[in-house]
Amino acid sequence: MKPAPFKSAVRQALNEAWSKGGGLVLPLAFFFGVGMLVPFGVGMGSEVLTQVSSGVVWIALVVSSFVTLERLYQADLDDGVLDLRIQEAQPLAEYALAKTLAHWLVSGLPIALVSPLLGIMLQMPEEILPLASLCYGLGSLGFFSWGGFGAALSASVRRGGLLIALIILPLYVPTLLFGVLTLATFGTDQMIVNFTFLLATTIFALAICPFATSFALRMTAD
Amino acid sequence: MTDEVLISATSLGMIRGARKLFAGINLKVHRGELLVLRGANGSGKTTLLRILAGLTTPMVGNVELRSTHHWIGHLNGLKPFETVESHLRLWGRTWGGDSARAFSEFDLESHGSVSVGLLSAGQKRQLALARLLLVHRDIWLLDEPFASLDTKARRALSMLIENHREKGGCVVIAMHEKIDFQPTLEVTL
Repeated sequence: MKPAPFKSAVRQALNEAWSKGGGLVLPLAFFFGVGMLVPFGVGMGSEVLTQVSSGVVWIALVVSSFVTLERLYQADLDDGVLDLRIQEAQPLAEYALAKTLAHWLVSGLPIALVSPLLGIMLQMPEEILPLASLCYGLGSLGFFSWGGFGAALSASVRRGGLLIALIILPLYVPTLLFGVLTLATFGTDQMIVNFTFLLATTIFALAICPFATSFALRMTAD
Repeated sequence: MTDEVLISATSLGMIRGARKLFAGINLKVHRGELLVLRGANGSGKTTLLRILAGLTTPMVGNVELRSTHHWIGHLNGLKPFETVESHLRLWGRTWGGDSARAFSEFDLESHGSVSVGLLSAGQKRQLALARLLLVHRDIWLLDEPFASLDTKARRALSMLIENHREKGGCVVIAMHEKIDFQPTLEVTL
């Protein structure tokens, strides 16, 4: 049998995410919960709601990305799996990437897929819903990459959830900025430029975070 | 048995907090040898083993492992949602090994579909130790491997260690209890 460390790491991470409180239910519920509160604050049917709707969904996405981060690497540290993974022959960054992808598949992708629903509730213009969904999918991949880094840094800190939020919030800014701009400039020439930058920030996060995460994990285990 | 050195460590020293754990430790472990690290609780056995495994960076000195190694730490590396079978299958897949032998060596065959959360401490330990059999690796680093094992499992593990040494592997064990076989080297911290 050929060694398949990456595939098995993804599978283990997926199983773990599913086994904890239904995996995707909690972040999804949080996403809707945050989004649904806004009409109460801004008022239903107002012009303002339409204007802020895409931004509100972004914020809901940011907040719900925190929900499952705390235990991402803490569980591995507590049960000794992290020690095993660190000693593997293949780079630890590969493991970090596997965890991020699995985490995104279980929490990020479902949110992106149902985001049009929240968009409709918040009276987002219908024509931007498909593009918005794509942007939220890309953005959440960037968020979860940075989130994995924060989770690795604070894995040994009990109740480190808020610490993770403090560490990674500034790192979310570029992706968030270009994500919001892409939707705000919908239908203009600027949209392509902004979307390209959104794509670039996501790829950057995806490229750099596994390495940063692996350094943080080694520090945590030491 | 050849004279090939598998583990070589020179002048290892470690400080934890304000306390010196050990200093000036030199080790050379050849094929077929068994090294036992002894010492009271908190004397640094686990830390030394983690240094050998590359998990912890020593304050001074350096370590060289000249072959691949298995690690059984004091944490078993089991996930509560796994079953006995899925755990061995997962690591078998990760390392490209076969889980059949790992099953039969310890008393795990009848517990294949039992979830890890329902296993006793001794059974969890056996499951962790069964990983040693998934693929052959020359060096075994074991932290208190006999902890919570019953007589039968202790005997099985002793046999495995002897077999492994005969096949030219080496074993490093950190433990404080007595063992019923003769180590080639003993380091007391």
